Amino acid sequence: MISEHLPVLQVVVPLLAGPVCLLLRRPSANWALAASVSWITLAIAVALLVEVRRAGPIIYQLGGWAAPWGIEYRIDHVNAFVLLIVSGVSAVVLLFARASVQREINNRRINIFYTGWLLCLTGLLGMTATGDAFNVFVFLEISSLATYLLISLHPDRRALSAAFHYLVLGTIGATFILIGIALLYMMTGTLNIVDLAAHLPPVAQTRTVAVAFSFLVIGIGIKAAAFPLHMWLPNAYAYAPSAVTALLAGTATKVAVYLLLRFLFSLFGPGLSFEQYLLDKILLPLAAVGIISMSVAAIYQTTAKKLLAYSSVAQIGYMLLGISLASVTGLTATVLHLFNHALIKSALFMAMGCVVYRIGTTQLASMAGLARCMPWTMAAFVAGGLSLIGVPLTVGFISKWYLILAALERGWMWLAALVVITSLLAVAYVWRVVEVAYFRHRESCAEVAEAPLSLLVPTWLMIAANYYFGVDASLTTGVAGRAAELLFGAAP
Amino acid sequence: MLEGLNPAFILIVGALLLPALPGRLRGAWLLAVPALGLLQLCMLPSGESGHIELFGLTLTTLRIDRLSFVFGIIFHLAAFLSMVYALHVRDLLQHIAALIYAGAAIGALLAGDLITLFVYWEITAVSSVFLIWARGTDRAFRAGMRYLIIQVGSGVILLAGIVLYFHQNGTIEFSHLGLGSTATNLIFIAFGIKCAFPLLHNWLQDAYPEATVTGTVVLSAFTTKLAVYALARGYAGEEILVTIGATMTAFPIFYAVIENDLRRVLAYSLNNQLGFMVVGIGVGTELALNGTAAHAFAHILYKALLFMSMGAVLYRVGTIKASELGGLYKSMPWTTGFCIVGAASISSVPLLSGFVSKSMIITAAAAEHHWFAWLVLIFASAGVLHHSGIKIPYFSFFGHDSGMRCREAPTNMLIAMGATALLCIVIGIYPQPLYALLPYPVDFAPYTVTHFITQLQLVLFSVMAFTMMMRSGVYPPELRSTNLDFDWFYRRAVPHALGAVVDLGWGVSRVLMELALIQVERVLTLTDRILGPDGVLTRSRTTGAVTLLVMLCLLVMVIYSLA
Repeated sequence: MISEHLPVLQVVVPLLAGPVCLLLRRPSANWALAASVSWITLAIAVALLVEVRRAGPIIYQLGGWAAPWGIEYRIDHVNAFVLLIVSGVSAVVLLFARASVQREINNRRINIFYTGWLLCLTGLLGMTATGDAFNVFVFLEISSLATYLLISLHPDRRALSAAFHYLVLGTIGATFILIGIALLYMMTGTLNIVDLAAHLPPVAQTRTVAVAFSFLVIGIGIKAAAFPLHMWLPNAYAYAPSAVTALLAGTATKVAVYLLLRFLFSLFGPGLSFEQYLLDKILLPLAAVGIISMSVAAIYQTTAKKLLAYSSVAQIGYMLLGISLASVTGLTATVLHLFNHALIKSALFMAMGCVVYRIGTTQLASMAGLARCMPWTMAAFVAGGLSLIGVPLTVGFISKWYLILAALERGWMWLAALVVITSLLAVAYVWRVVEVAYFRHRESCAEVAEAPLSLLVPTWLMIAANYYFGVDASLTTGVAGRAAELLFGAAP
Repeated sequence: MLEGLNPAFILIVGALLLPALPGRLRGAWLLAVPALGLLQLCMLPSGESGHIELFGLTLTTLRIDRLSFVFGIIFHLAAFLSMVYALHVRDLLQHIAALIYAGAAIGALLAGDLITLFVYWEITAVSSVFLIWARGTDRAFRAGMRYLIIQVGSGVILLAGIVLYFHQNGTIEFSHLGLGSTATNLIFIAFGIKCAFPLLHNWLQDAYPEATVTGTVVLSAFTTKLAVYALARGYAGEEILVTIGATMTAFPIFYAVIENDLRRVLAYSLNNQLGFMVVGIGVGTELALNGTAAHAFAHILYKALLFMSMGAVLYRVGTIKASELGGLYKSMPWTTGFCIVGAASISSVPLLSGFVSKSMIITAAAAEHHWFAWLVLIFASAGVLHHSGIKIPYFSFFGHDSGMRCREAPTNMLIAMGATALLCIVIGIYPQPLYALLPYPVDFAPYTVTHFITQLQLVLFSVMAFTMMMRSGVYPPELRSTNLDFDWFYRRAVPHALGAVVDLGWGVSRVLMELALIQVERVLTLTDRILGPDGVLTRSRTTGAVTLLVMLCLLVMVIYSLA
């Protein structure tokens, strides 16, 4: 039956579609293939989540080889949710990509672009679905290489240097992860994550495991753009093609944070991560400093895309903050924010994609009075901005609400205050764009029209999701809460 | 009408539909929307409804009881009257902002839980600022910005309080909160900012006079009265409110007397009138709370009327500075008449609306033996008479003739003012329908001999004092000798004494401000150096440098995990 093979189809379908896409020479065919494949993966992800919610974790053995000899895909609440995020963002952003990519990328390279997109999707989904540590590294490399390609396809030459910069750092990160996994393999002789977790306690006190832990945390930290390892992110986001930025902002860092959760909680376990290595003690101040400094840095930016990129680093800080609270509520906030921030940022970057489509830049100076010419686009930015700030009825509010609850649970008033105050910083940087677009004078709208519907509809679709899941949060909070309990070791 | 439909939705959706309507229908629509809202409010049964499940919490978006009902009625009335007043305005943005603002204020009144309250609380802040920005001047923009920051800030404090409150009590129901815990204290401060408590009040006098002609009328009705309602709901009977309220009634008087911008004078007197209501809440007896509700009702009307008349003057003449106005009664006789009705109402002249409501609060304060507060209230009543009751109409319509000649206010403004003035008079003569609306059964007769005589004495002596002052040479200097002490008192001693205190205060605050500014400047330079466009943390670095940083992080991490 096909439904038994859903976990692997999730990864294999885009993987096989990639090379096919390269052979197709018509841009419209490339796009149609990529989009339909992406929607199929979304359908699979939804089916997996429904199944997981109904019957608990799904274990799939590749080629029928039982773990720990074979590779095993293990889908539980945590990664079913992340699969939904990745495939959902990719599906909606692909709708947006057709017109946007046609405008921004050399037409002869469009087949390469969509091939890269499908491979990137493969890598991200594979990393999430697999239960094998070495497999994680393989898929990480697939997604990373595809990402460097996607960024460098932008005709702006600064995109090349941004991609190269990211390539070097990303490779370092991946190498660190590989070293970490290799050290663990050396100590336990297994690569299956569940098996690793079982074999780790006897050797947990060794220095090798401690070093493996450090390599993994730093390596994943680079991929997640955790402050202060975020240096690659602002330029990569700012100079990538608009659709790619929207995809990456919604998926790449989210999957990296997921990996961090998987390694910290499922592999090392909260006991080792927090009680022995005291990761929370170092993560909390870094996250707090990251949120504040990156929010302030966002206020200073003169390009809207870069401003949002810095805000992304700050938002990742909120996720790390949730982890560092080392409680179920804190972890719920983190998992929720994975989903919610993916919705927020991909919507905002799509709105910026509309702006690029019409005026070719997101320099704030060029965006003066733009709201008069592109009312729907800028309204989408405002609606998404409200969600980023965390106004009630938006998804941003729900993440912050849980984060504040988690902080109060620990009795840390100052942390709750920090969350509220940094929301005000978000008001400031969102306001910078709003002020320019709505209150600056623009001579005329003669040469700037509203973005076409093919861009506006996906953008507003994502905005609608921001508000839908902001009002009816029962699905997301339910899954995230269960995911957090699972990570903390509740019986599945 | 639809069952369970929140009147707030009618106003907000009505506002959003406005751009879709053809121009001819917009006027009728503007009037129909608040009227429909009012109708719906009256049709709704009392009790709680409109429950929404929001991630585990049950929101009650619609709660109608006697307290919210009376405020709901007057909010709708105020929305309707200010729409009539604004009919001639062609600026669509202002109409939309005003309707959403009114709708959000009504939504907040009818909110049965704190989260819903917070949502509407912030919508009132964001929508109302457009009424200030619509003025289009740079001054208005900056005043609006300050207003917005403070209003949104109050919302943030409110949210912080709500989250804490929920954490401690596990409920978000908006009922009596009471002071004592950090949570309720925070909520109290948030309400206090909106209610313009002393030292938290400056946004009001800063922003309201900068709004558009029609915008100020709308603004004067909702924000502060919403706060009064919220205080009455959550903090009735808190002793500290008596002190706060008494201070509020007294201190704006001095500012109001020396202020030249007549709309700002009204903003100060708005502050002073709020004080009466706050005292009422603080006293907390049934009579006092009735008085607060009644006073809010009457106050919204006469304050709107005064702002309307001053708006009409500003609209026709282009200035509202007392020193430049005068003698306008020849050009604007109707406006003059309506202004006088408003001024007499705010001065609590018997047979007008202020009298029947204010006396309830003063009587309640006396009945609970708040003698000092009672004394302050009496003093404040006299002060109101001076700056709002007499100064406003005198300097704009009478006084020395400025030589300005203009047309009478537009018809729709006159109709709005006429209707409002009529309501002031009707409530004053026949207060029973208003009393019937109040939260508690009313056993109060405004027209007893004592009330009547006390108030009449106050009015008469105040008028006499003012007349003597004017005749004795505030303006014609050659007559100064006849009443030197009085004159000296008003023109020299008070300004001098006040001036010295104010100067000292100014000096100290200037120094503190300068010091604070230097520090702020330092912090800003530092932030700029670290996080600015080319700062230490945000500069584009070579790949080598970043790699080095990564290695350093790894080293630290390894040492940390081994340690």
